Amino acid sequence: MKKNFVPAALAGALISLLVLSGCSPDKSKGPVTLNALFMKQAGYSEEDVTSATKEFEAAHPGTTVNLTFVPYESLEQKITTSAEAGTYDVVLSDGPFTAKFAKAGLVQAVPEIAAADLKDIFPGALDATVYQGKSYGMPWMNDVKYLYYNKKMLKAAGFDAPPKTLDEMVSMAKAIKAKKLVQYPIVWSWSQAEALMCDYTVLSSAFGGAMFDASGKPTLTSEGNKKALAFMVQSIKDGVTNPKSTEYLEDDVGNVFAGGQAAFALNWTYMYNWAKDPAKSKVVDDVGLALVPGTSEVASATVNGGQPLSITKGSKNPVEAWNYILYLTDRSFQKKYSKNSLPIWKSLYTDAEVVANNPEVVAVSKDQYNYINNRPKVPFYSGFSSQMQVKIQEALLGKKPVEVALQEAQTMAEGLAAQN
Amino acid sequence: MPHLLPRHRVGGEGGFAALLLTPTALVIGAVVLMPLVVTFAYSLMNMNLLSDHKGAWVGGANYAGVTTSTWFWASLGRTAYFTAVSLVTETVLGLLIALLLNQKFKGVAFLRSLVILPWAIPTNVSAALWKWIYHPEYGVLNAVLSALGLIPTYQAWLSDPFGAMNMVILADVWKMTPLAAVFFLAALQFVNKAMYEAARIDGAGAFRRFFTITLPFLMPTVLVIVVMRTVEKFKAFDLFYVLTRGGPADGTKVLTYEAFLRGFTNLDYSMAATLAYLIAFLILGLTFVYLKVFKTQAGVQDE
Repeated sequence: MKKNFVPAALAGALISLLVLSGCSPDKSKGPVTLNALFMKQAGYSEEDVTSATKEFEAAHPGTTVNLTFVPYESLEQKITTSAEAGTYDVVLSDGPFTAKFAKAGLVQAVPEIAAADLKDIFPGALDATVYQGKSYGMPWMNDVKYLYYNKKMLKAAGFDAPPKTLDEMVSMAKAIKAKKLVQYPIVWSWSQAEALMCDYTVLSSAFGGAMFDASGKPTLTSEGNKKALAFMVQSIKDGVTNPKSTEYLEDDVGNVFAGGQAAFALNWTYMYNWAKDPAKSKVVDDVGLALVPGTSEVASATVNGGQPLSITKGSKNPVEAWNYILYLTDRSFQKKYSKNSLPIWKSLYTDAEVVANNPEVVAVSKDQYNYINNRPKVPFYSGFSSQMQVKIQEALLGKKPVEVALQEAQTMAEGLAAQN
Repeated sequence: MPHLLPRHRVGGEGGFAALLLTPTALVIGAVVLMPLVVTFAYSLMNMNLLSDHKGAWVGGANYAGVTTSTWFWASLGRTAYFTAVSLVTETVLGLLIALLLNQKFKGVAFLRSLVILPWAIPTNVSAALWKWIYHPEYGVLNAVLSALGLIPTYQAWLSDPFGAMNMVILADVWKMTPLAAVFFLAALQFVNKAMYEAARIDGAGAFRRFFTITLPFLMPTVLVIVVMRTVEKFKAFDLFYVLTRGGPADGTKVLTYEAFLRGFTNLDYSMAATLAYLIAFLILGLTFVYLKVFKTQAGVQDE
């Protein structure tokens, strides 16, 4: 009796462990627990999400939501490795992931939303959630890049208004440089990272180029792409672009601009509060915000940095997950927390409270959102992006002529497209 | 002498032992063996999640594809460069530091514990540290070098593909040299002091004594370090992940980072699995070569 106790207990423990992990109890009735994955930095803060989630739980008795916050850099990997198992029901995704996650079946298609609501969301933001006609998420955090300029430097060089076109920006920059107001007037985030692809999307779109056509075929050797890359290379050669841009991410751009070391910078919304913060910035009173300059072809062009909420493939509570997403993307939530992230709803941009929170940003963003471009919506975007970054950098660092770099990029992209 | 043991006890104990081993066997099977087998299977399949032909068996096509591609050899070249340069530097520096710390002088005990410090820091922490040291605007390297007048303006240390690789090597050498130093120091404790006495009386100088007594004596340690560190360096990942993310212009994209990108970013699990196995085969091959060399060396010493 006693001799058999230990093995029996061990076997029992083992069996119960296997049973527990193998079968999950019927969840259709009784309390539901949702697990949600968010990010730590930028946009709505942890406190915003936490308090809104408490409100949601109060309004939906029986539903609890566990929140996890990770750095942006970990989001993609967390989703990729956990989507099948449904570790998280609701995840904060990103525009460039949509096509990939949809094709790989890592996220679920979401229900359609009312036509009236659809019309009230900026098309560019909505488009980022769509792959092959189906929507795989709901736009939540809204963001685009703007042109930031140093009012004092522009004034000292004799300019009263920000540039309307990229050419104008370069000639202003040359004048500012000639007056020795700053050594390198323009700063970009051209490090070998996704940040480079964001800036490149802006410039390629501004010159009327697109990296892929509507059917997903690469068009990297088009005139628009050649002009965009040539513009970047030339601006470094002319000494108007800070040469360290090829090592900079968005935060570095913020540091340079807030440190008064640049007249122009392209960056997301978050740099506004940063540059206006006396504790972090030397240019608090000189921050100007404007539409990203255009060309003879387009008035302006920017890139979508908004992030949608999606439901993972493995989620066992998709209905509750969708309810939670609708709660967080609702106008009332977006209005309440508009100080940290601008709403996806057009109608809120005339709302007195939203405007009062951020008058200057709202005024510019209202227009800027009409010039949103999404990064290529192809499933193999990640692979394309990492190699495209190299090609662009090879041109920027003077290792390859623009045409050669783009031709190689085209061959690379065709290869990736053929693999799928 | 199994026949001396009571029969029923053998069966009982054997069964009990098996039962006790079961949990470990299950865990090892689930987290070590199964992934190994599945990964190998993936390397023979199309497991690109984005492919329309996912799940098809492709045989050796992945291996053929990888080994005929230019990016693989470029990546292997970078891995080999990183491994060779940092290994040689670490071993030589480690040996010199060990020789110094083997002397008797005031404060040697303190220095001996101090030298171990970089090694005690987790790699990702030291990588984050070096990222700040190399920072183009606020980095201490720029501050120190320009204060000494060695560089005219602040440099962007990680902006050049080849330069960035050497900077990563410097960070690795800083962290791992202590390990080599400690190994050598330990070995030096066992050198027969009488041999030096004899050599000195025979008129051998410091260099002569080093090359004829110390170095041959340390050869086994050198080989241990070389084998161990080669394996680790081929697998180096965190340093690259934190410091350079494979950039700029792929200058620091080593094999492990390549595999990581292809698996977790591009969702091409078959390619990542293939690379993982190729890395393992390469390490296996190198270890085999080292062991061969080691045996011959040992044989020579015995004679």
